Amino acid sequence: MIEHTGSYQNQPGPYFGPYGGRWMPESLIAALEEVERTFTEAREDPEFIAQLQDLFTNYVNRPSLLTEVPRFAADTPGVRVFLKREDLNHTGSHKINNVIGQALLAQRMGKTRLIAETGAGQHGVATATAAALFGMECTVYMGEVDTQRQALNVARMEMLGAEVVAVKTGARTLKDAINDALRDWVASVDTTHYLLGTVTGPAPFPAMVRYFHSVIGEEAREQVLAQAGRLPDAVCACVGGGSNAMGIFHGFLDDPGVELYGLEAGGEGMDTGRHAASINLGRTGVLHGARTYLMQDEDGQTVDSHSISAGLDYPAVGPEHAWLHDTGRATYEPVTDTECMDAFQRLCRTEGIVPAIESSHALAGALRLARRWADEGLVGPDTPEAEQKIIVVNLSGRGDKDVATAAKYFGMLPDAETPAGGDAEAVAARPEGAQS
Amino acid sequence: MTETVNTVHSRTSEAIEAARAAGRTALIGYLPAGYPTVEDSIEAAVALGNNGADVIEIGIPYSDPVMDGPVIQAATSQVLADGFRIDSVFDIVKAVSARTDAVVLVMTYWNIVDRMGVDTFARRLSEAGGAGIITPDLVPEEAGDWFEASDRYGLDRVFLTAPSSTDQRIKLVVESSRGFVYGVSVMGVTGARSEVSSAAEQVVARAHEAGAPRVAVGLGISRPEHIREIGRYADGAIVGTALVSALRDGGPAAVGTLTAELATGAVRDGAGA
Repeated sequence: MIEHTGSYQNQPGPYFGPYGGRWMPESLIAALEEVERTFTEAREDPEFIAQLQDLFTNYVNRPSLLTEVPRFAADTPGVRVFLKREDLNHTGSHKINNVIGQALLAQRMGKTRLIAETGAGQHGVATATAAALFGMECTVYMGEVDTQRQALNVARMEMLGAEVVAVKTGARTLKDAINDALRDWVASVDTTHYLLGTVTGPAPFPAMVRYFHSVIGEEAREQVLAQAGRLPDAVCACVGGGSNAMGIFHGFLDDPGVELYGLEAGGEGMDTGRHAASINLGRTGVLHGARTYLMQDEDGQTVDSHSISAGLDYPAVGPEHAWLHDTGRATYEPVTDTECMDAFQRLCRTEGIVPAIESSHALAGALRLARRWADEGLVGPDTPEAEQKIIVVNLSGRGDKDVATAAKYFGMLPDAETPAGGDAEAVAARPEGAQS
Repeated sequence: MTETVNTVHSRTSEAIEAARAAGRTALIGYLPAGYPTVEDSIEAAVALGNNGADVIEIGIPYSDPVMDGPVIQAATSQVLADGFRIDSVFDIVKAVSARTDAVVLVMTYWNIVDRMGVDTFARRLSEAGGAGIITPDLVPEEAGDWFEASDRYGLDRVFLTAPSSTDQRIKLVVESSRGFVYGVSVMGVTGARSEVSSAAEQVVARAHEAGAPRVAVGLGISRPEHIREIGRYADGAIVGTALVSALRDGGPAAVGTLTAELATGAVRDGAGA
């Protein structure tokens, strides 16, 4: 446990306690310094802030709604659940916030090409979108396994004019896509900005990506105060790299009464070894530019992660989360694939909202927390309104991209080998992903 | 020649200076530990040392080698898939040191060292006869523990400088390095290239101006004529991918043959070889 007193907000980096830093090849340090300098200047520039606000309002569709979901929460009377609807953003997830911000910075730096890694495809789609909007070239690196899991998003990125490279090295998932994006960047840094999609990586990325997502928490805090008349008891968010969680947590970091829960991908179960719960079973080390918790073997080799959600399938976590864990300010718990898919189905059936599988980990965490409170006798059918517990869940993305995966999981396809109809056909037609 | 950290006897510096005295550009060769097997990686490194290399870099296979191109990635992924363990690095260093006069360095991504503990890693490397570590993803700002451990165990520390490095950073890298400064010749990853980058000469000149007594050029160097060209301005030339390709296609003997050929390019004009 690390002792921390004073504000948790606006940690500047490059270090978050012992975590973070800049563990990168020398070739990239000048570029990182340029990004840092540009970001530091831009955030103090009223013109930049106005540009960002304008795009947030008139392109992204901010502020996103805060929706109470009483039927979803009905099994635990006395607990109210609100969803922060990042799924309603343009492109369907929170990822666009950071992408718009960094694309503006890239433009400021005179870069003409964006590259990105993507797992579930949400960040790749958002980056391809911004590249189209700003008239830039775009290359997205995506693990070959993920191009198969998320074939529709591959097609979306190509429609938007991006080149999608299926990464065939290592585990062929998100971490390998980051490796290839870094290799590209080393050779293309004069013209190219690496639009890293989460709060990992070398400084300034963790603090910068958090900054662009902090709008989530700021809005959610105001909205819950307006709708419920008080701050929530808890905030739940899924954590892979951890960008949506940092975004929503940030607004509540200095509200000591608000418990913060990061839900990691417990995969097939923590005892199976097939999971992506970096904090819960990881050890500290250095990966992709930051000191943080990561899944590694005794020799320091990265261990392959596993999750039903491509977006959480990453063996490390943003360094600020590592610090929030060590200080005790936030709590990180694993959610298994099974718990996650139960929550996924529950939200579909009770509220008419199809969540991303990533975000369903946060929904499962909220249900678990509500049950825990009920079991402890803290809430019940007779709890007076003033003593009811409130949970805000960051619904970081919508589940359209996951329809094929979920349909297969729930056995809704007539034949798992030859899926029929709409989305599933697209999957079957693109077994090798989309290397172009 | 000034060295900011010279309380430690630097074996790598000595090897490069010996090459200079003999009228040669120091020849530095890279091979991955355990490729294609532990035994053959030892034989290949010995062949490298006995056919003209002054310094041998033993690369530690790592799961996320962001500075490596396809050839080295393919080799190190195979080694890892075959169940390679870090302990054998020290066995390899020990065996190679015993059988050649070349100085043996380890090249490693930092998490490998971090996981074992910097002090333990440095002690074991020193005990095995290794002379130091080349650190492709460690910048001096993050290297506090490594400075202490390398001084404690008398190891060289080779940091990299790149075409993109600012003057201020070059100075930091030069002051932090012991043995030589690794000049990255191109903005890119490892891999053979047909010509030496035009940026290489400037990378070397800037490091020399910042006070580096020895600068070696790496990335993209695969032929004797590359080494001859580099020898006009640099103190050493580093060959990696070409040697790994030779090992893949022709085993340790091919490494010996290629090294002997490369060594002809290391003889400087006017030197009585």
